[in-house]
Amino acid sequence: MSVLLDLDGITKTYPGVKANDDVSFSIEIGEIHALLGENGAGKSTLVKMIYGLARPDAGAMHLGGVAYAPHGPVAARAAGVAMVFQHFSLFEALTVAENIELGMENAPPRRELAQRIREVSAEYGLPLEPDRLIGDLSVGIRQRVEIVRCLLQSPRLLIMDEPTSVLTPQEVEQLFATLTKLRAEGVSILYISHKLDEIRQLCDRATILRGGKVVATCIPAQETARSMAGMMIGQELAQPSVRDFSPGEVLLELEGLSLPAAGQFGVALHGIGFRLRAGEILGIGGVAGNGQDEFLLALSGERRVEPRMIRLAGRPIGGRGPEVRRGAGLLTAPEERLGHAAAPAMTLAENALLTGRRRAGLTQGGFLRSGAIGAFARRIIADFDVRTPGIETLARALSGGNLQKFVIGREVLQAPSVLVVNQPTWGVDAHAAAQIRGALQALADGGAGVIVISQDLDELMEISDTFAVLANGRMSPVRPATGLDIETIGRMMGGAFGAADAEFSHASA
Amino acid sequence: MDLSAIDPITLFVGLVSAATPLLFAAIGELVVEKSGVLNLGVEGMMIIGAVCGFAAATTAGSSAVGFVAGAAGGAALALLFGVMTQYFLTNQVATGLALTLFGLGLAALIGQPFTGIKPPPFHGLDIPVLSDLPVLGRMFFRYDIVLYLGVGLIALVWVFLNRTRTGLILRAVGENHDAAHSLGYPVVKIRLAAIAFGGACAGVGGSYLSLVRVPQWTEGMTAGTGWIALAIVVFAAWKPWRILLGAWLFGGVTILQLNLQASGFLSWLQSLGIPMQAQYLSMTPYLVTILVLVVISADRTRAALNAPGCLGRSFTQSG
Repeated sequence: MSVLLDLDGITKTYPGVKANDDVSFSIEIGEIHALLGENGAGKSTLVKMIYGLARPDAGAMHLGGVAYAPHGPVAARAAGVAMVFQHFSLFEALTVAENIELGMENAPPRRELAQRIREVSAEYGLPLEPDRLIGDLSVGIRQRVEIVRCLLQSPRLLIMDEPTSVLTPQEVEQLFATLTKLRAEGVSILYISHKLDEIRQLCDRATILRGGKVVATCIPAQETARSMAGMMIGQELAQPSVRDFSPGEVLLELEGLSLPAAGQFGVALHGIGFRLRAGEILGIGGVAGNGQDEFLLALSGERRVEPRMIRLAGRPIGGRGPEVRRGAGLLTAPEERLGHAAAPAMTLAENALLTGRRRAGLTQGGFLRSGAIGAFARRIIADFDVRTPGIETLARALSGGNLQKFVIGREVLQAPSVLVVNQPTWGVDAHAAAQIRGALQALADGGAGVIVISQDLDELMEISDTFAVLANGRMSPVRPATGLDIETIGRMMGGAFGAADAEFSHASA
Repeated sequence: MDLSAIDPITLFVGLVSAATPLLFAAIGELVVEKSGVLNLGVEGMMIIGAVCGFAAATTAGSSAVGFVAGAAGGAALALLFGVMTQYFLTNQVATGLALTLFGLGLAALIGQPFTGIKPPPFHGLDIPVLSDLPVLGRMFFRYDIVLYLGVGLIALVWVFLNRTRTGLILRAVGENHDAAHSLGYPVVKIRLAAIAFGGACAGVGGSYLSLVRVPQWTEGMTAGTGWIALAIVVFAAWKPWRILLGAWLFGGVTILQLNLQASGFLSWLQSLGIPMQAQYLSMTPYLVTILVLVVISADRTRAALNAPGCLGRSFTQSG
């Protein structure tokens, strides 16, 4: 095999950070090459430079033996480099065909383009309808649109940034089949992921970044997930302790929780009901966009429902707002860190005040108790290992993982009786993720009820005592998490709990 | 009351003509908003267009020169807004409001020597046969060329937005500027072009007021037309053809209330014991504006569906 892309001594400095320091490695033709690293290790900066969104301060790139220094994505695409973004670069109000046209340099006339979309998408097992609006499609299908957009330009190098974080197991399998087919056709793929098992299954070689430097290159098939994680974070991962699950009394009871969709692209909730007991961690799986956000809004009190639909320790609170629910001990941590869980332009101390005011006693007679606020914020920072210069730092200045630790810590330290978190470790590196999971488990050990909504099945299997799936605004019955296999969960995610249930009760009978 | 004084054909001709300034301003603002920019300075750009058009037309003795100058004046003022919001990232709402105040003041200053003058006459077309048709000729074939250009512009904007690649890129920028940037499209340049186009359209609309509709220059002569144009964009749900509908609706309300005032409707009401001032009738276009906006905004899902995703949000390049 010969080299397609060669990086030599790439260095990029942002004010205060050396994002990439003398990074050198090469990608061969027809190779799936993994780029591994924690958050802030410099993966996205490196990829931005390859795709022309940023330019290196020093170092050289060669593509197919020719010097390569793209001025922008247009130049990169012209050179045969395509990219599938982690946060999709799609336009919700436009159709599939329009979105694809926007990502192409010389798009054919619309009718011809629609025909080619049908052909190429079918050829690679990713069927698409060109006339559908993106806003109406599931996350998995949206990713197909991004991939087909790349494929239509016959790329030599395809960059994929965390492609599987939003897919069901079946969709992941389909994606891997497509990528393997592409590799066989001689396309090189740069594959960025946190998921070590996937990399072992799929990738030919892996380059591992830590602190902006290349620390190792390995052949994933010859490594274990643990050894690669070790290289990635420079230390051994703390394994979660095995918990004894002995549930106590019912803390939270949902009965027939229904909620109409908020907007054109929203999802309605239908008749959700379950009981959460003290000491229980309920994991809720499902592909994003199946009602997770709406479910959290209903529980946090941002959207009101009928009082009887949500009962906390027997008290109907469905009609109450967030402040009352916090007072009663029901706390939530939404998925969107900046702008929902935390106010980006406010300091950590102010953000601590925003949800902690009542339970942590941070105001008195309408005035702020700045001493108490500072102490509370400092306690979060110390207990949850938030890396920040101080409590006066703006929330938006923190990295995603650090802010997530702060947001989770803020709720945990208010000693909730029930805590609901959505995507607690999304975009958080392995080390911080382990810390957050540990904190949630400790909270449950202390007698609280915890609901974890996540798209990461491994995570849910690791920490949940009980498990359910949200699909299309409906929730599957809650069942013990032990002994669930990935096939069953995948079918549940597709919305087939009727069938899965029949099978389940049959198997247990 | 003498309702027979209201001739339906005259009414129709009047509303089509009254709608033209609204139509130009609204279609320009539609393109601006489709690119994700909210320019509340339409009123200011219209009045600048009105005064620039009037000054140039009377000086040069040509209406055509006047319309070009009106467009240029509106575009120049719009670019001021564009530079401030796109490069200096000022708040779009505040800057737009300031632009209106600035435009009104500046227009009064420029317009001082031109009060009381008559502009060069601007006649309707006289198409052989067609213009002489009974009824239809008066209703459709005797307007001035600018009015037809306005209707043609609606069609052009529709084709541009829905059938051309540049139009698609403009919509993409307005829908999600971060994604458009990551695909390599120049967000700021596209928005500046849209803002300039919007300004030029508002300028032509203003010129039409001072050169054709009124026709003379008086201070503050736009009298809220720019605000109605903004409302029409929302009313039209950002769809070009509905701009035509909206402009005609509001033009119709304006003309109807004028005709009602002239027909002795008020004295008829007074004879029934209902005291009614002429001011209430003058209010109707604005009341209708508020009413229509309330009704449309009531259905939040539909309004949210059509509004460009990044409307009014500043774009900053990160990384």
